Amino acid sequence: MNDGWLREDRLPHIYCAGCGNGTIMNCVLEAVAKTGWDQTKTIFISGIGCSSRAPGYIMTDSLHTTHGRALAFATGVKMANPSLNVVVFTGDGDLAAIGGNHFIHACRRNIDITVVCMNNHIYGMTGGQGSPTTPLGKTSTTTPYGAVETPFDLVELAIAAGANYVARWTSYHVKQLTDAVLAGLNNPGFSLVEVRCQCPTSYGRRNRYREPTDYINYLKSNAILKEKWERTAAPGQKLPGESFLVGEFVKRDRPVTGVPDET
Amino acid sequence: MQGNIASAEGALAAGCTFFAGYPITPSTEVAEHMAARMPKMKGTCFIQMEDEIASMAAVIGAAWTGARSMTATSGPGFSLMMENIGYAVMTETPCVLVNIQRGGPSTGQPTMAAQGDIMQVRFGSHGDYSIIALAPSSVQECYDLTVKAFNLADRFRTPVFLMADEAVGHMREKIEIPDKVEIVRPRPPADGALPFAPGPDGVPGFAAFGTGHHIPVTGLTHDERGYPDTTNPTRHESLVRRLVSKIEDARHEIADYSVVNEDAEYVFVCYGAPVRTVREVVERLKIPGTGYLQLRVVWPFPEELLKRFPSARAFIVPEMNLGMMTREIERHTCVPVIPVSKIGGDLHTPEDLVAAVKAAGGQE
Repeated sequence: MNDGWLREDRLPHIYCAGCGNGTIMNCVLEAVAKTGWDQTKTIFISGIGCSSRAPGYIMTDSLHTTHGRALAFATGVKMANPSLNVVVFTGDGDLAAIGGNHFIHACRRNIDITVVCMNNHIYGMTGGQGSPTTPLGKTSTTTPYGAVETPFDLVELAIAAGANYVARWTSYHVKQLTDAVLAGLNNPGFSLVEVRCQCPTSYGRRNRYREPTDYINYLKSNAILKEKWERTAAPGQKLPGESFLVGEFVKRDRPVTGVPDET
Repeated sequence: MQGNIASAEGALAAGCTFFAGYPITPSTEVAEHMAARMPKMKGTCFIQMEDEIASMAAVIGAAWTGARSMTATSGPGFSLMMENIGYAVMTETPCVLVNIQRGGPSTGQPTMAAQGDIMQVRFGSHGDYSIIALAPSSVQECYDLTVKAFNLADRFRTPVFLMADEAVGHMREKIEIPDKVEIVRPRPPADGALPFAPGPDGVPGFAAFGTGHHIPVTGLTHDERGYPDTTNPTRHESLVRRLVSKIEDARHEIADYSVVNEDAEYVFVCYGAPVRTVREVVERLKIPGTGYLQLRVVWPFPEELLKRFPSARAFIVPEMNLGMMTREIERHTCVPVIPVSKIGGDLHTPEDLVAAVKAAGGQE
């Protein structure tokens, strides 16, 4: 299904055994293939980190940029040539820490790009430092006694800042993830798909999820469908334990930028 | 017309179709003028970004779609752009950056003229590299050199800098706007050439995104395909040496200058606003024994031009900094090099320069 979209001469890739990024790339490429987009008119853009290596393995024009700045580069590409299709791969550190300002402003502009954030709660490439999405109490090399800062909720952030499409899935939910990315690609304006995923090397190893399957099981058992929760939870009821909501959070048609002129 | 506006008009005449910027004194008129003009022109985009980091990023992104793209800023914004300037150098992205210099360091003197960024433009981003920097001394040169900056950016696939200052940027003078300006676009890649394979001049051909070349662009050390190769010392050395030499080897082609009174004993070497005072001293007051070299291209430094003054007993360098180019000139000559530094925002007076000639041994 992804025939012709991979740079096979770049393989093997740099991802560790058990990493979730390959699964996510596969889902994104499957969704892109379903759009029928012209490969030549599709641009993948990324910042720095494990997630951001993804465009380098895809057979299109691509920009592997500076840390946190992918959305600003993407804004330049899309505004200068709105007929191009722009997809951004990013990670939790790239998007929410060093790129936080660009993130909220890209949402505010509602620029017509789709952002896939591989959220593994850690800086994987630099060896496992805490990120703005490291959950409270979890261990990293810079939070050796457990994270003490409240993490960002990327979905809430994108909604508040004005994005037109916002969804969250995990590397376990490949079918739903593919459908969500496709919905984001097809929805005009800024689309964020957050994907919680496993990093056995840098996160799992320090947080009792040594085996990739341990964390995939964790994602599976802690993900609660948004619709189900809204149907069953009592008003004001808090999510139990470490669970989190998955699903489509926003699909709306606020005014957008970066689309071709109708004239 | 004001210098900042002339620069914006020069950009539009050169076919600039993308401007991203962030307000900062004393450069803001460039952005304001583009914001007023561009929406009335088809196929152009003006965008105000969230900061200067994003502005430079957007300019580079736009450049890869084939647009002539530009930003304008001043000291603090210039510092923020350094990260992505390095990216533009490494990825060989043609783009233009206008810096209307003000007093620094830090927030310094937002409304006062300075030339304190002339070394930052050369060395400000990390790693070894070369760039091209132009320095206008009049409103006419703001126009002409902005056009030239776009042509050099495309010719050499590099960021090119218009290093103006608050005095020239806010100065108002009559200028001549040509009916048509010369436009040199990048050389397209040869058939089947790899995207980062250099031509004989060290510059690769350029193909825009969306034209079927499937170019992987990265700021990592890369091979001619654009694929990262970060641990091979030979690969890194050959890439970085090429990025430097494609510009340094062409420095005499790039050079843009005026040589006045080649037999002078006391030779001013100047660029930007101080050129005006030098011309007053040499051409109007006609102080005996004086001449000057005006550099409209400051980087790459055309050191051969110093030899055009065989009788020189001193090179006198008036700068609105504490002697930044003085050191560069010293490196290339055995003739004494005398700085006339002035910071704080005031231009040099003719008296300042006449006194320097006297101190160097010249007679009035």
